[in-house]
Amino acid sequence: MKKSILLTLSITLTLISGFTFSEEPATGLDRGIGGVESLRGDTELETTRPADPMKKVPRDQVDIESSYVFQPPLIPHHIRHYEVSLNANKCLSCHSWTKAKQMGATKISVTHFINRNDEVLADVSPRRYFCLQCHVTQADAKPLVGNSFERVKSLQ
Amino acid sequence: MKWIINALKGFWGILKSPSKAAVGIVLFMGFAGGLMFWGAFNTGMEATNTEEFCSGCHAPIVAEIQETIHYANRSGVRAICSDCHVPHAWTDKIVRKVQASKELFAYFVTQTINTPEKFKERRAHLAEREWARMKKNDSLECRNCHNFEFMDFSEQSPRSVRQHSTALANGENTCVDCHKGIAHNLPDMHKVEGWQ
Repeated sequence: MKKSILLTLSITLTLISGFTFSEEPATGLDRGIGGVESLRGDTELETTRPADPMKKVPRDQVDIESSYVFQPPLIPHHIRHYEVSLNANKCLSCHSWTKAKQMGATKISVTHFINRNDEVLADVSPRRYFCLQCHVTQADAKPLVGNSFERVKSLQ
Repeated sequence: MKWIINALKGFWGILKSPSKAAVGIVLFMGFAGGLMFWGAFNTGMEATNTEEFCSGCHAPIVAEIQETIHYANRSGVRAICSDCHVPHAWTDKIVRKVQASKELFAYFVTQTINTPEKFKERRAHLAEREWARMKKNDSLECRNCHNFEFMDFSEQSPRSVRQHSTALANGENTCVDCHKGIAHNLPDMHKVEGWQ
């Protein structure tokens, strides 16, 4: 009887001391992130921190200039719920060659009619059909890390 | 056989002979009955205008609208199915509801859209019918909220102004001619005018 009381007491004590220990202010080392702060901020691996607010895409902005040769031009307007799927391509209803002039839009380049065997097709090549694989909208987002990228001389 | 004829004759007798109740009571009963019938009728019709009712058959479509501007937006205004698909004026609404009874037949008897696969196959047909309807009534359900007279072109993007101040202004086109699939996914658009 005495033995079992002693045992329970010691277990309880160990548990309590364990809890108090874990409640001590955690340092970077024992938070599961090894003292390293990442771009996610000072957040433990196990916790999911609240997401950053969504970046806002402006309704319309002046054409964004290219930074390098053969850069897919960026989209200077918002494209919310513009469907690009097997069934429909909303981009092409303005940017296709038949519509571009009437809509005052930029034509898709001739490279979009070439398939991977360098054969020129009569219509947009399937590998170029999904516009948003290369062309994206731009929001005013601060770069996460600094960089010293400069435009090539010919585009400056 | 004879007793049926007798019963009918008796019933006709009740209808033909003047009521023994006072005129006021008869009038009141007629009034109250009419009121109750009208209330129940309109409540029933409103019940068929709710999202829950629509999604009973058109479930895939109700899910699609949730990411569009007519469902989720900054100002908290929301258009539900009936705002766009059921006319607001009473007589037009009745006409559309009667037409819809045939669509019930298609769902329950011929079973044309009762699985997602069948729905997908049928989507072009459903969409074309709705485009034709809106083309015919000059996109009336759009215009219940979006009044052309109240549009401020200086607040619109240059792309919008170019379209709205020309083809829409002179009545050559109506809203739905360009604004297709604004609240749903589109069917195969390769043969549709204005798309590619």
